[in-house]
Amino acid sequence: MVDYAASRPADAPATLFDRSKALARFQSGDDLFRLLTLAAAVLVLLLLGGVIGSLVWGAAPAFKAFGLGFITSTEWDPANDVYGAATAIVGTLVTSLIALVIAIPIGLGIAIFLSELCPPRLRQPIGIAVELLAGIPSIIYGIWGFFILKPLLQAYVEPAIIAVTGPIPGLNVIFAGPAYGTDIFTAGFILAIMVLPYITSISRDVFATVPPMLKESAYGLGFTTREVVSNVIIPYTRVGILGGVMLALGRALGETMAVTFVIGNAHNLATSLFAPGTSISATIASEFAEADRGLYTSSLIALGLLLFGITFVILALARFMLMRIEKKAR
Amino acid sequence: MDLLAARRAKNAVYVALCYAASAFGLIFLAWILIVLISKGLAGISPTLFTTRTLSPGSGGGLYNAILGSIIMTVLGTVIGTPIGIGAGTYLAEYGAGSRLAFVVRFINDILLSAPSIVVGLFVYQIVVVPMGHFSGMAGAFALAIIVIPVVVRTTEDMLRLVPTPLREASAALGMPKAMVVQRIAYKAARAGLTTGVLLAVSRISGETAPLLFTALNNSYTSFNLNAQMASLPYVIYQYAGSAYSDWQQLAWSGALIITLAVLTLSISARTLGTSRTKR
Repeated sequence: MVDYAASRPADAPATLFDRSKALARFQSGDDLFRLLTLAAAVLVLLLLGGVIGSLVWGAAPAFKAFGLGFITSTEWDPANDVYGAATAIVGTLVTSLIALVIAIPIGLGIAIFLSELCPPRLRQPIGIAVELLAGIPSIIYGIWGFFILKPLLQAYVEPAIIAVTGPIPGLNVIFAGPAYGTDIFTAGFILAIMVLPYITSISRDVFATVPPMLKESAYGLGFTTREVVSNVIIPYTRVGILGGVMLALGRALGETMAVTFVIGNAHNLATSLFAPGTSISATIASEFAEADRGLYTSSLIALGLLLFGITFVILALARFMLMRIEKKAR
Repeated sequence: MDLLAARRAKNAVYVALCYAASAFGLIFLAWILIVLISKGLAGISPTLFTTRTLSPGSGGGLYNAILGSIIMTVLGTVIGTPIGIGAGTYLAEYGAGSRLAFVVRFINDILLSAPSIVVGLFVYQIVVVPMGHFSGMAGAFALAIIVIPVVVRTTEDMLRLVPTPLREASAALGMPKAMVVQRIAYKAARAGLTTGVLLAVSRISGETAPLLFTALNNSYTSFNLNAQMASLPYVIYQYAGSAYSDWQQLAWSGALIITLAVLTLSISARTLGTSRTKR
């Protein structure tokens, strides 16, 4: 190594002052970097504020014109400039509910399989494969659902359900024919496949927080796999699973393109799940381009505000629950 | 029937159902991929990548849509990544336990799963309306808003994996904090940070909803960010819903291209991520 202090000429005092200068530069650079990161963090907050603010601003004319009746009215009539959100809100809630009814048992089943039953070598590939379902873009689900899944559901699944539930009062109203194919049920079914990976991956994560000692003690006492899962794992992780379900619900509520393809985009409030309907996101996606900038556009933005409000509450609850289980794991 | 046999039988049914659930999930993945390949492959040809979208029956391609998608995805990533990494750095290195960090983290997690169509409406309100027309810039801006929360989350998680003694050792050598973060922590978490960006890119390259009323569409090849810009997902949306068989074929081919791109990105992000955590 070269010794710089020794090789430097003795009559060069300037180097002595460089130290304090370098230190000052370090400090100002330090402050600048800290401020930059702080600004970026604050920007995330501003982003949320901006989203809410701009939606409220855009939705104001619609709420001024229709009041709270906008939420409860089922009338959607662009020709006469009268708008009500109830049909779309119900469509969004019902499709998401169908998605959860299908996806919760299956998603939990996959998570149990992956954490308790699967041979370790297959665990990673199968886990990744299920998570890839979340990676497929929503538009792909839409075109696949419209051209492939919808005809199958319409020709086989829906008539079968109608035939089975026909004689049962109550159910025969919910599952009344004819089977349209592009309807609420098909939209819910596609949503179920789309949110499946969220339920599975969160359940897997929270299952991993169960202390192995607990599970091993249960197995040691002679519990079967089913008994370990339903008496040890699920009670221990209940809050986390619920968080995962809420997260999936948040996704399902806001899903747009896939639903737009298969829901039928009809503003009618039917009692049958096999009738065409619409959802908030599908209404915005399919009608925004043709809306002139008056009350029509404002009503669509108001729909967006309602959607954001609903998902915000659901997602906040989900995060709160997941935070609780994280604390427990620590 | 004795108790043990009953419990065993119940367990067998339960286990079988879990296997069935896993098969269900995998079947749908395989089904979607097989359909995409069988339907999409037929339309993949050189002209697909060299010709722009034309009216039905005149043999157009997807060149302008692919180009537009790439431009807006790259631009969205370039705008969103520095902000995301900055905010993630603040959460992990500076604000860790502070109240501000708690709020930002919470809000960021909500933005992470917020409906993308709402992002489209937001950008429509603050960019498209003041400018008076749709533009590629607005599309890129909408995509950037989706990139930010993804990058914030992974950046924070990955910086937290960097061992504290590493930071302490460099601080003890006299490095100022900013340099510790930039030269030591970023370097140690490099693979993880790349993973986050790749995940964000794979997320936005398939997004359609935020582009519907920001970038809209353009049937000509355009590099102009101030004008409407075509994108692959939008063209798929438009063509799949049309009645023309050649447009539908283009939609399937576009779907295949986009899915391959997105899955390649997300698989490489994942393998990069796991090789990092294993070490």
